[in-house]
Amino acid sequence: MATIKLDNIKKSFGKTDVIHGVNIDIEDGEFIVIVGPSGCGKSTLLRMVAGLETVTSGEILIDGAQVNGVEPMDRDIAMVFQNYALYPHMSVEENMAYGLKIAKTPKAEITERVAEAARMLQLEPYLKRKPRELSGGQRQRVAMGRAIVRKPKVFLFDEPLSNLDAKLRVQMRLEIKELQSRLGITALYVTHDQVEAMTLADRMVVMNGGVADQIGAPLEVYSNPQTEFVAGFIGSPATNFIDAALVPDAPKGASKIGIRPEHITLLPSGQGKLSGNVVFTEALGAETLVHLRMDSGTETFTVRQDGAMALPVAGDPVGVDWGADDEMAFNDKGRRV
Amino acid sequence: MARIPDEGMVEKRGIGHYFTHVGLIIGVLVIFFPIWLAFVASTVTQSDIISPPMPLWPGDQFLTNYSKALTSGINAPVALMLMNSLIMAMGIALGKILISLLSAFAIVYFKFPGRRLFFWLIFLTLMLPVEVRIVPTYEVVAGFGMLNSYSGLIFPLIASATATFLFRQFFMTVPDELAEAARVDGARPMRFFWDILLPMSRTNIAALFVILFIYGWNQYLWPLLITTDPSMNTIVMGIKQMFPSGDDYADWPVIMATSILAMLPPVIVVVSMQRLFIRGLVDSEK
Repeated sequence: MATIKLDNIKKSFGKTDVIHGVNIDIEDGEFIVIVGPSGCGKSTLLRMVAGLETVTSGEILIDGAQVNGVEPMDRDIAMVFQNYALYPHMSVEENMAYGLKIAKTPKAEITERVAEAARMLQLEPYLKRKPRELSGGQRQRVAMGRAIVRKPKVFLFDEPLSNLDAKLRVQMRLEIKELQSRLGITALYVTHDQVEAMTLADRMVVMNGGVADQIGAPLEVYSNPQTEFVAGFIGSPATNFIDAALVPDAPKGASKIGIRPEHITLLPSGQGKLSGNVVFTEALGAETLVHLRMDSGTETFTVRQDGAMALPVAGDPVGVDWGADDEMAFNDKGRRV
Repeated sequence: MARIPDEGMVEKRGIGHYFTHVGLIIGVLVIFFPIWLAFVASTVTQSDIISPPMPLWPGDQFLTNYSKALTSGINAPVALMLMNSLIMAMGIALGKILISLLSAFAIVYFKFPGRRLFFWLIFLTLMLPVEVRIVPTYEVVAGFGMLNSYSGLIFPLIASATATFLFRQFFMTVPDELAEAARVDGARPMRFFWDILLPMSRTNIAALFVILFIYGWNQYLWPLLITTDPSMNTIVMGIKQMFPSGDDYADWPVIMATSILAMLPPVIVVVSMQRLFIRGLVDSEK
């Protein structure tokens, strides 16, 4: 159990800067999810905390101690990799015990800790098997088990669920969350999947182009995005953006207005703030997504409405409206006004 | 035997099927015939061989000829030459594997100045077979006083660019995450090498061992140059040394017995390691 502090972390590969100064304070036992599109530097950030990547400048502190030059093994961390990185020639048991064996833990204790982790992860029937004889979900569990038996200060997860199928992903997501809160170990979790981020995180860090755009509790980030990028990245379907000049009573200094699809209501043609035409609709049962092309030009809007409401017909002209409170105004730099 | 389905999928049926087999059998016979002749010659007497026509079926001198070859031979007992060959072949094969594993490990997993340069230097030596560098190598070996010694037989042949290259290619297919996982688990580099990389490359090692053992066993020119003492002769060159010079007569039954004996160890190595060997060449078991 530990706190982690990232103090103005920067990273460059040769002349390319990939991370431009990230500050995060992580509390003991907190589950932090770093989310962002590919190439935003989220994995690099995690690997720097793990000690697999050097830090160009800035400081990483684990429990108040600076660990910049400390080898991964001495940082008291455990990492779960995207491809699990299980040792193919070792049995499940040996895989989980390997780190303890190197640390010269007494044999009896190794056996006990491995057995405990196996029980926790329902891996007991598979202890003697080799990784290739396991399914994807089971391998994922072994990778988790390898992290658990170490009883580390910090768990690091590098997109651990991205190789699983959708159903298993949901299940493992719940298990990870449950496990982490039971063990109370500080966790840093990298993903590009916003659903994982929203559901797992105590606080999430939205990264964009090597900068942490926003750090906050998932719902706070969702309802109050600080930048245009965050507003567009978090939430599915994505936030609708429209030029502020086209919106009546737009706040001063705003260059773009963002409105979440669920905040828009469809009205008969000629009413509401803007008008457009229905392009097509996606009826998902519980909800219906209506895609519009706005009369103002090329902008498209997505409207999320209750599945019980009448389906608009493609080609029909409609008006749209939203509450003034639901408007998110951004200036020309993409910052919230 | 698996039953061949009546409606064969791609199975060739009919006359073509038999032709293929006849072709294969003829091929095997053609290749096997000289070996058979050598075996026959090693079981008859000298006079049977030199009086034409040469016999085509084994005689009754098997034990006599083979025990003569093994215990006394012509210049040196064949048993001793077999031992010399075995030591040399094992030394070369194991030494090559050890050195190339370590150098491939260094090249793939460590960043050091001149890494690429070293790799290409190693790669370049592929173009320099023993025969090309034999005179300077002889100078060096002679200078170290290693003529007529096992070290002289083994060390000049012990570095292998081919094996280094092979292991490099294999190591590069091992996911980086594995090395990182080991690092997080606390394995220092040599521990990673020993605990993870080595067990993972065991099929490759086995395949290479077979190839390199045969390479070492079949060395001819180099042992011929540096061993003048018959007790250091290796068997492959020893056979040549058995041929008479001038008017001496050749003891063909013993020479043929020696040939057959020389063939056995590589055959044993190939047959006993066949499964590992094929696995090593075919899959990389990740």
